[in-house]
Amino acid sequence: MRLSQTSPEQVEVYRFPWLAAALIPALAIFFQVFFPVQFPFLRIFDVPLLVTIFLGVTRRNPVTGLLTGCVIGLIQDSLTHHPLGVYGIAKTVVGFGASSLGVKLDVENAVSRFLVTYGFYLLHQFLYFSVQRGLVGEALGWAWGHELLAALVNAAAAVALFAVLDRFKQRN
Amino acid sequence: MENLLTRHRNLSVLAVVLFIQVFGLAVQVRSKDPEHPPLIRVWAVATVTPFEQAIVHAESAVYGVWHNYLYLRGVRQENRDLKAQIEQLRLDQVRLNQDASQARRLQALLGFKEQSILATLPAQVVGSSGSEQSRSLYLDKGERDGLRKGMAVITAEGVVGKVLQVYPHTAQVLLINDQSSGLGAIVERLRAQGIVRGSPAGETLLEKIMADEEVQPGDRIITTGGDGIFPKGLLVGTVIKVSPSDLFLRIGLHPAADLTRLEEVLVVTKMQDVPPPGDVAASQRAADILAERLPGVPDKPAGPDAARADTLGAAPADAATPKSAAVAGAKPDPPHAAVKPAGPEPPPQRPPSPQAKPTHDSKLAPDLKPITQRMQ
Repeated sequence: MRLSQTSPEQVEVYRFPWLAAALIPALAIFFQVFFPVQFPFLRIFDVPLLVTIFLGVTRRNPVTGLLTGCVIGLIQDSLTHHPLGVYGIAKTVVGFGASSLGVKLDVENAVSRFLVTYGFYLLHQFLYFSVQRGLVGEALGWAWGHELLAALVNAAAAVALFAVLDRFKQRN
Repeated sequence: MENLLTRHRNLSVLAVVLFIQVFGLAVQVRSKDPEHPPLIRVWAVATVTPFEQAIVHAESAVYGVWHNYLYLRGVRQENRDLKAQIEQLRLDQVRLNQDASQARRLQALLGFKEQSILATLPAQVVGSSGSEQSRSLYLDKGERDGLRKGMAVITAEGVVGKVLQVYPHTAQVLLINDQSSGLGAIVERLRAQGIVRGSPAGETLLEKIMADEEVQPGDRIITTGGDGIFPKGLLVGTVIKVSPSDLFLRIGLHPAADLTRLEEVLVVTKMQDVPPPGDVAASQRAADILAERLPGVPDKPAGPDAARADTLGAAPADAATPKSAAVAGAKPDPPHAAVKPAGPEPPPQRPPSPQAKPTHDSKLAPDLKPITQRMQ
C-alpha cells in the first residue's frame, strides 16, 4: 500500500455538483449543532472539520480548500458564544493543509484517510486553543487524554464518512 | 513583488484570509459584549434554528400523540400513585408553610430582603453550539417572547445557566459547566462561598473554597443570589469529589439539572425584591417569635416542694419569671425535663422579656439556626 504519489499524472482532481458542495457543509453543521442535544456522546465529533478535510483532499485546490474551511469555521463560530474567527482561523489552515497534502498523498485508501484526519484534528485543536489563549485571552484548559481520544474517534469516523461522501464526487 | 505574489498565490491568499480574521478577532476582543451581535451570527442562527425548531416540535407532537392518546398502559395505576403522593405532599406542605411563615417573620424583623421568582417562561431546547469548548444551548423562545440577556435559566431540579444572547425567535443559553461561566454559590451546610464554573472536559467545579473548609461528598450547593441573576437558594448540585489543594479545594459537582439531556427549561423572566412585611414586624418582636418556638419551664410536679411554695405564697408555676424561663429554655433541668407533670395540659408559657434574648440565641432550636446564620 502506497501513501505517497510520485507523479502529477497520478493526481486525480474531483469536483462536486454545486448543490452537493453547498449541502454537505450545511448538513455537517446542522448535524453538529442539533444531534448532540439528543445524543450527548456525539459532541466528541467535529463533522464540519471532517467535511473540510474531505473537500480539501478531494478537490486538491489550496485556495478553494482554505476558503471552504474559512466559511465553515466562521459559521461554526457564529453558533458558539466565542468571538468570530477562532474556528475560522483553525479551519482555514486545515483546509489549506488538506488540499496541499492531497496533491502529494494518496488519500483514497482508508489508512491514509485515518492518519490524515488524525493529524489534522490535532492540528485543528492546537490552533483553536492557541487562538483562544493567545488572541482572545480565554484560558481554556488542554486535556491531552481527551484530545488524543477525540482525534482517534474522529479519524475512525472520517473513514466511514469519506466513503459515503465519495459517492458525490465527480472526476474533473 | 507582483511576481512573488503570483508565484506564491496560494500562500498569499492564505495570509490575507488569516490576516482578515485575526484583525476581526482583535476588533471583537476590544469591543467586548457589544449591544447587538454581528450580522453573520444573526444570519447563521436565523438559518439553522428554524430547522431545529421544526424537527423538535414535530418530534414533540408525535411523542405527544403516542403518549397522550395511544400508549396509555399503566395510566390508572400511575394515577392512583400520584393521588397518594399528592396527599403526602399536602401534609408536607402544611408543615413547610408553618416553617416558611416563621422564617418570613424573622426576616421581616431584621429588614431582610430577598428576591423571589415572579414569572417564568417555559422553553424547549432546540439545539446546541456544536462545540465542546462552548457549552451553550439554543431555546425556541426569543426576544419576541420576552426573553432578555442575563435572565436565569432553570429546571425543576436546579440551575441550568443564563441567557447569553437573544435573537427574535431564539435565545442562546450559557450552561453553568462552560469554562467561561461563573455562578456565585455556597455550600449549604457550611455557608462557605465559592464560584461554580466548568472544566475543559465539561465537569462542573466549585472553586475558591478555602482548603480548611470541611466540604464532603453529598453536600448541597445552592445559589447565593448575590450575582443578581439567580435568586438565592436554588439548588446548583451536590458535591461528588473533593481534592485538597494548596490554598483552595478542588470540588467536583454533580449538577442538579441534567445538563446533557435538557429538553425543557424555565426562563426566569421576572424577579422581585420581596420587602419585609411591615405589619408583622410592627406587631411582633423577635423575642416573642423565638419564645413561641423555645421550650419553657415545665410545670413542677405536685409534691412537697409545691405544697411548701403554696404555703409561702409563692407565685404559681405558670407565672415563672422570664429569666427562669430563658434559663430553662437554654438548659432544661434534667429531672424536670424527664418527668412529665401530672394533671391537665400545662398552661401556655408567658413570653420572656427582651433581656432574655441573648441567652436564647446561644441555644436556638436546631431548625432555626440556619435561618439566623443566613441573616447574619
